[in-house]
Amino acid sequence: MSKIIKLKKGFDINLAGKAEKKISSSAHPDTFAIKPSDFIGMKRPKLLVNEGDNVKAGTPILTDKMQENVMYCSPVSGEIVEVKRGAKRKLLEIKILADKTIEFESFKTYSLSDINGLSRADAQAQMLKGGVWPNIIQRPYGIVANESDTPKAIHISTFDTHPLAANLAFTLQGAEEAFKSGISILKKFTDGKIHLNHDLNAEVASVFSNIDGVEHNKFSGPHPAGNVGVQIHHLDPINKGDIVWTLTPYAVAQIGKLFLQGKYDASRIIAVAGSEVKAPQYYKTYVGSAINKFVENNLNSDHVRFISGNVLTGERIEKDGYLGFYSNMLTVIPEGDHADFLGWIMPKKNVLSYHRAWGLFSFLNGKNKEYVLDTNTNGEDRAFVQTGVFEKVVPMDIYPTYLVKAIMSEDFDNMEALGIYEIIEEDLALCEFVDVSKHDIQHMVREGIELMQNG
Amino acid sequence: MFEKGGKFEKLHYLFEANETFLFSPASTTKNKGVQIKDAIDLKRMMMTVVIAMIPCLIFGIFNVGYQHNIATGGATTFLSLDNFLFGARWVLPIVLASYVAGGLIEVVFAIIRKHPINEGFLVTGMLIPLIVPPTIPLWQVALATVFGVMVGKEIFGGTGMNVLNVAMTARAFLYFAYPSQISGAVWTQLADATPVDGYTGATALSIAYDTSTAGSGSVVSALGDFFSLNNMFMGFIPGSIGETSTLMALLGALILVLTGVGSWKIIVSVFGGAFIMGAIFNAVGLNGFMDLPAHYHLVMGGLAFGAVFMATDPVSAAQTETGKWIYGLLIGMFTVLIRVVNPAYPEGIMLAVLFMNVFAPLIDYYVVQANKKRRLARATV
Repeated sequence: MSKIIKLKKGFDINLAGKAEKKISSSAHPDTFAIKPSDFIGMKRPKLLVNEGDNVKAGTPILTDKMQENVMYCSPVSGEIVEVKRGAKRKLLEIKILADKTIEFESFKTYSLSDINGLSRADAQAQMLKGGVWPNIIQRPYGIVANESDTPKAIHISTFDTHPLAANLAFTLQGAEEAFKSGISILKKFTDGKIHLNHDLNAEVASVFSNIDGVEHNKFSGPHPAGNVGVQIHHLDPINKGDIVWTLTPYAVAQIGKLFLQGKYDASRIIAVAGSEVKAPQYYKTYVGSAINKFVENNLNSDHVRFISGNVLTGERIEKDGYLGFYSNMLTVIPEGDHADFLGWIMPKKNVLSYHRAWGLFSFLNGKNKEYVLDTNTNGEDRAFVQTGVFEKVVPMDIYPTYLVKAIMSEDFDNMEALGIYEIIEEDLALCEFVDVSKHDIQHMVREGIELMQNG
Repeated sequence: MFEKGGKFEKLHYLFEANETFLFSPASTTKNKGVQIKDAIDLKRMMMTVVIAMIPCLIFGIFNVGYQHNIATGGATTFLSLDNFLFGARWVLPIVLASYVAGGLIEVVFAIIRKHPINEGFLVTGMLIPLIVPPTIPLWQVALATVFGVMVGKEIFGGTGMNVLNVAMTARAFLYFAYPSQISGAVWTQLADATPVDGYTGATALSIAYDTSTAGSGSVVSALGDFFSLNNMFMGFIPGSIGETSTLMALLGALILVLTGVGSWKIIVSVFGGAFIMGAIFNAVGLNGFMDLPAHYHLVMGGLAFGAVFMATDPVSAAQTETGKWIYGLLIGMFTVLIRVVNPAYPEGIMLAVLFMNVFAPLIDYYVVQANKKRRLARATV
């Protein structure tokens, strides 16, 4: 039965520089990169190409020695121009210079009706080879799914509530067929349900609503209502021993295309947003795109930070850097390396705060005020003092403070009992934002997850 | 120069504390994770509490002068410059003694432990002067502060790790180490002047207790006009420097609740608990003190100040939202229980807060345990 769930806890961060709903054709990046560090849990990346090799879109570039059937494929056709390594020869980036017209590795094509008759084994073999598998994320742990698992359910959130997030339906235009086929393929992998989780306060786009044989759930509330982890918690929580898979709508459509068109289609519509972008809008490019073309002559100021992803869970990249494998947006905000005279007590109205402590007047601005926030930490690391705030921004029956403390003390039993299987970094990202004591909560969460995985 | 490897490396955190006092740091968010951060920091949060205490402090300064004049037959208007100057003469040195002594300990521990100086002491340093009598010797203030910070906090690992409320620990230390300076006729600063006839130096609680044990009638009438409900609510009575006025404590509560820094659940439940316990005693009614109308308990002694500024200390209070209700309720109930039943301690809030500080982790344990059980109940493996 489909459910309607109204969440109260959480916090919306309303930033300036939202992407206008139009797709620009003015920027065409020509280099793309695969970064092994994007794949959380990849232990021993193994390079399958050399500098100078020519590849097609869908040619395997990389695999994980721990899971060698999963291919990480080139998003475009072209030449491997650089394999960048760091200390101890750690693989950092594999850069590909793209051809003018993209050529594709060809995989077997199926009609819509063929897809229904396909066995799991056949579908799986094509998905592993065809580059779409790394988009299937397993919970607990938030890592690339293991091909031998059968998840108890598959969850797909069709909306993103992160600050400045791309409109997922908008980035999926023209992919109705593909999305539908992708869902048909996924049905082969679970005996349980497939959940499509929609935004209660918006009309559900046709690409999502025309899907049969799945649960259509609706969620309302502030961020993180769009986080799939929060949704799972309310629909069908993850218990010890459970395995659940999550995908983005983009990943579902990509699977569909692999079977309908027989190609690994890594083209992607991304949002370029943030207060420092002159014309925030959408662009059509491919996975792992270089960002220089999007920001050239398109910035309001020089001293900025480029973020692959959103401001809560993203990663800083350089001006000549590349978007991450899972990122569908580039955010550009001002750097905040300025010291403010008596900044710790001066009244502030234009700096957003979840709190209302002395002089923090942003709560008077109302919800429609758009903020220009920079990267200043607004304070330094301190001991845990304030209580009860984390609980207010995590709409789950979880005590984040206790969970984080269990992680800090490497207390396995308590981590498990307090719900570490139900969360990944993004679910506690708001805690990191509101934290008075400025701890790196997301980093701690990943440390805890790794302890559980390995311990 | 103050950085690692520099000449004054050891003083790095002292330097940092001074620098971040003048300027908020220019540090930016890390490469991975949250790229923007909330405008709050611990300094601002702690300063909010200090600001909330200012009404109590200013009222206290006036009141020290006012009580002096009443006791010595001087002018009896409350808001006079004379009262303020007299009060400031006696109160400010106490504030200074507390900040200097406690600040020194903080700095020493920050240097030894190599951690930044935590701002928690901004609050503790102000709390301690407000809960001692105006006649207290300065060396005792300093000693109690040192004891409170070291034994109450630093031996547990510093700010955020303490089990007991630091200011209450300091107060308890004074109470047990130097009882003659913190009980009896110490609540009015006479400053060598001769008191008028009939001056006893008693407080409302001691009158209530004495009347009750003597079995000589109604406590309310024994309290008389001077300790009327209105006077006790306003705070025109002798007592510890900052805790006589329920009104000023409530003003502080308003600031804490509006800013979200103090837990309204704790404040409300402490008052609620005290009232409930008072009402229970009313029903039992074995002596005069038990017959005292329950609402009198809310304005007598340090209950209001304790409820607003002591019980809400986030580190030593219960940390779960359900736990906060239980914690506050029990503090209120124990306060009145100690007042009425235990002859050795005329004021119960200090011991009630410390007692519940110890039990707060236990309350939280059961609240969190319930969460774990819910999770376990739905698992099949």
